[in-house]
Amino acid sequence: MARVVLVGNLKQFTGGIAEFDLEAATVRQLFQRLAERYPALGPHLEEGIAVAIDGAIHQDAWLEPIGAASEVHLLPQIGGG
Amino acid sequence: MAEATTAPAKRKLKWVGKRAPRPDGVDKVTGRAKFGADLFMSGQLVGKVLRSTLPHARIKSIDISKALALPGVKAIVTRDDFQDMASEFVPAGEMMINYKDVVRNIMAREKVLYEGHPVAAVAATNAAVARQALKLIKVEYEVLPHVIDVDEAMKPGAPLLHEDMITQGVEPAPTKPSNVAKRVQFAVGDIEAGFKKADVIVEREYHTQPVHQGYIEPHACIASVSEDGQADLWVTTQGHYVVRAHCARLLGWDISKLRVTASEIGGGFGGKTVVYLEPVALALAKKAQRPVKMVMTREEVFRASGPAPGAWVKVKIGATKDGRITAAEATMAYQAGAFQGSPVQMGCMCAFAPYDLENVKTVGFDVVTNRPKVAAYRAPGAPISEYAVECALDELADQLKIDPLDLRLKNAAKEGTRAVYGPKFGPIGMVETLEAAKNHAHYTAKLGPNQGRGVASGFWFNIGGETCASINVNEDGTVSLIIGTPDIGGSRASHAQMTAESLGIDLSKVRTIIADTSMLGYTFLTGGSRATFAGGMAANQAAGDVIKQLCSRAAKIWEIPEDAVAYEDGFVKPAGANAGKFPALSIADIAKKAGKTGGPIVGHAQINAQGAGPSLGTHIVDVEVDKETGRVSVLRYTVIQDAGKAVHPSYVEGQFQGGAVQGIGWALSEEYIYGADGRMQNAGFLDYRMPVASDVPMIDTVIVEVPNPRHPYGVRGIGETPIVPPMAAIANAIGHALGTRLYELPMSPPKVLKAIGQNEAKGQGRGH
Amino acid sequence: MSKHHVTTTINGDPVEYLCEVEQTLLDVLRDDLLMTGSKEGCASGDCGACSVTIDGRLVCSCLVLGVEAEGRRIETIEGMAKGDALHPLQQKFLDHAALQCGVCTPGFLVAAKSLLERNPNPTETEARYWLAGNLCRCTGYDKIIRAVLDAAAEMRRS
Repeated sequence: MARVVLVGNLKQFTGGIAEFDLEAATVRQLFQRLAERYPALGPHLEEGIAVAIDGAIHQDAWLEPIGAASEVHLLPQIGGG
Repeated sequence: MAEATTAPAKRKLKWVGKRAPRPDGVDKVTGRAKFGADLFMSGQLVGKVLRSTLPHARIKSIDISKALALPGVKAIVTRDDFQDMASEFVPAGEMMINYKDVVRNIMAREKVLYEGHPVAAVAATNAAVARQALKLIKVEYEVLPHVIDVDEAMKPGAPLLHEDMITQGVEPAPTKPSNVAKRVQFAVGDIEAGFKKADVIVEREYHTQPVHQGYIEPHACIASVSEDGQADLWVTTQGHYVVRAHCARLLGWDISKLRVTASEIGGGFGGKTVVYLEPVALALAKKAQRPVKMVMTREEVFRASGPAPGAWVKVKIGATKDGRITAAEATMAYQAGAFQGSPVQMGCMCAFAPYDLENVKTVGFDVVTNRPKVAAYRAPGAPISEYAVECALDELADQLKIDPLDLRLKNAAKEGTRAVYGPKFGPIGMVETLEAAKNHAHYTAKLGPNQGRGVASGFWFNIGGETCASINVNEDGTVSLIIGTPDIGGSRASHAQMTAESLGIDLSKVRTIIADTSMLGYTFLTGGSRATFAGGMAANQAAGDVIKQLCSRAAKIWEIPEDAVAYEDGFVKPAGANAGKFPALSIADIAKKAGKTGGPIVGHAQINAQGAGPSLGTHIVDVEVDKETGRVSVLRYTVIQDAGKAVHPSYVEGQFQGGAVQGIGWALSEEYIYGADGRMQNAGFLDYRMPVASDVPMIDTVIVEVPNPRHPYGVRGIGETPIVPPMAAIANAIGHALGTRLYELPMSPPKVLKAIGQNEAKGQGRGH
Repeated sequence: MSKHHVTTTINGDPVEYLCEVEQTLLDVLRDDLLMTGSKEGCASGDCGACSVTIDGRLVCSCLVLGVEAEGRRIETIEGMAKGDALHPLQQKFLDHAALQCGVCTPGFLVAAKSLLERNPNPTETEARYWLAGNLCRCTGYDKIIRAVLDAAAEMRRS
């Protein structure tokens, strides 16, 4: 089970819950399971989300593997000038 | 089998790290290089924009009939020529953008929301006719009250820019609309408990003004649309694929119909990541069936293209007597301009990012005002919040009587530190830059009367993103590297260096070409300090693909298994049991026979680069304050920053120096000044005062290299971080010179004089 | 509106053109003669990207009318290299990485050449003040000043 942490405003869509354990082998699976559990969160995972897996930030990387004991943070996508 | 993608950083590097010649250099010192306004097409028309002179008004009607009748006018577009777009957020250069807003920003619909807002555009046979036509367009307005400042815009009863704007991120959702588009919050630990443990607490409020990116080349493009709908756009931009996506979307065209070519780009700094003229020029060109060239004046650049936001930031930091921070809090409101989407979220995430803190909370407000929509500017959002935090830290150090670098070292983030925004850092160079600063001769040099020294650190994430690269192996063994990120300051050179390194060939054999959008797959823009990082990663993978093919061809020629060959320094050699059985084949040998062994050799890579590593920096500055005039002179400046790996040290130093001087401008002289009428009063380089050569000293640099383990050459990306520390470093230096502090940017002579006056009145002047 | 006929010399070549009375020399150079090396950054004489010399005097070509070139000797960035030999300033700008985006570079080179013609041995301060009419937003000026001083030293040697 990966430890999943929602950063910033996302927990507004989960009734205030910011941390939970979830079984997911990839980022896409993680998004699907999160959207199933919290339908209000679903649309906010479509665009503009970065996923940090064990500290390394990934953007738009559905296929990135998530380890069984990984720590995963969902945070706003990062841009730049 | 050869493997080009194993970390070459571990082997001895021949090209990466060299101050190599720049492929586009000669063109740029001879005037040959073609920038946005330098292309001419036969039959081209001149496009000009009619802009609102009012900061806020409802458009009752637009009458173009007289203008259309003027001889030489070939097309006019207004809001009626652009389909309205539904509210839909998509990632753009800096942050999420909403097409509903973009279509309104390129051409006003219901209302004009800032002075400079486009209302109509004309294509005519020459500039004089176009200008005359603009005067003949009659726009009837219902003037509305306007609001320019964030504080005013946030008050109940303030004039509303968008009558349907309900603040996001507030639970329960407000029932009434306001100018606050969004509230964001990031929190770790328990700040109340943290502040209780503090022996000393510093609490301050800071204000900053909008500043423009100040690129010397104004926005420019030339558009051509044929009768069958195939379109070409030549444009100065940081990302021509992004321009293509936005234009196709706004015009409802197939992406394949539009080919966008990036001209040479005369600076961008984030400001050339969005569209202004481009969809308008395409719409005019389609209507007129003639090419249309559009170039902004400098005044238009100031009034209608994105500055960085002005803001206020409240900071509260608590620490124990020995300098360990127990809690930190920041609340900030950023001007978004006329449409939502300021970089306040990034401001919140970066504010305390250089530090290892248990209890942190940042809250941000994204506020719309009757100003041009802000655009990215180098490390968007970060310079403002980090300025406030780094100034407060300096006061904390003063109060604790701890050296400011030691205070930072005591709290510095390291590998494994949990960032305020959640994840744990990989290897980062905060401690290394602080130690380099402490050991630098500058830090202990003697200061004279009325002089002060300041330090500050800075953080930026850096990004990767979608990136393509192709390597064509030519018949003589030279290679063309095709890449999709516009070269804004030497990336052709750094990409060529990494390619030569990966292929083990001479740098002179590599030519870097910037593709137009039809030549390569989608490639995200040059921004976020990603071009050298992500482009290098893609080029390295494309080189790996080339090497694989070279090995396969050699094996076929020798009639031995593919895994019985090895690739080294530009040669394929028989390996293992076959070692020495055949003479090694160079790239040129194999390329010459490519046609006979299966066709040309072309390596590709199409990636979404991940694993960007943050870049941290620490700046030291000495200033002298003229107590009679209030003028602050920067006497000495040192930039120390972690580059991961400097592929081309000269251009890394250049980024450090350029960012520092932009920061000097932000700190001392640059600001948007608005009148009570809601109009900008200083829309020109004479009154919007960017640093000139005589304003600044040499900018000393120290490149720290803590390699990014996720990049084949250890690259982090270095372009943004240098603009983060200067404002605080200079504010702290002025504070030490005067014995009193300023809390507002720019620290221009009137403000400095006022601070001196207050100081002397209080009899607290430390004086020298 | 009738156009004016102008006879002038640009980079040593005799040139004739017709221009409107309100056209600036920069407009003529860029739009009519297609010499786009001189850039328009502001059109108000503040950025120096359009620097040229007229009879050896450094000017912003955006502040000079096209008709004023009559009978004068104009030098632009396009005339700076001789054949395939770069001017020492051009070479030093490359050696010192004194350009990033490169759009201000032609103006800096023309202005720096004008400085060295008057003062072959400028101090750093003299170079900084002479070039204060040219804006660069990329480099922070450090490498530009170094390149100019280095070119001056080399030109004094030769």
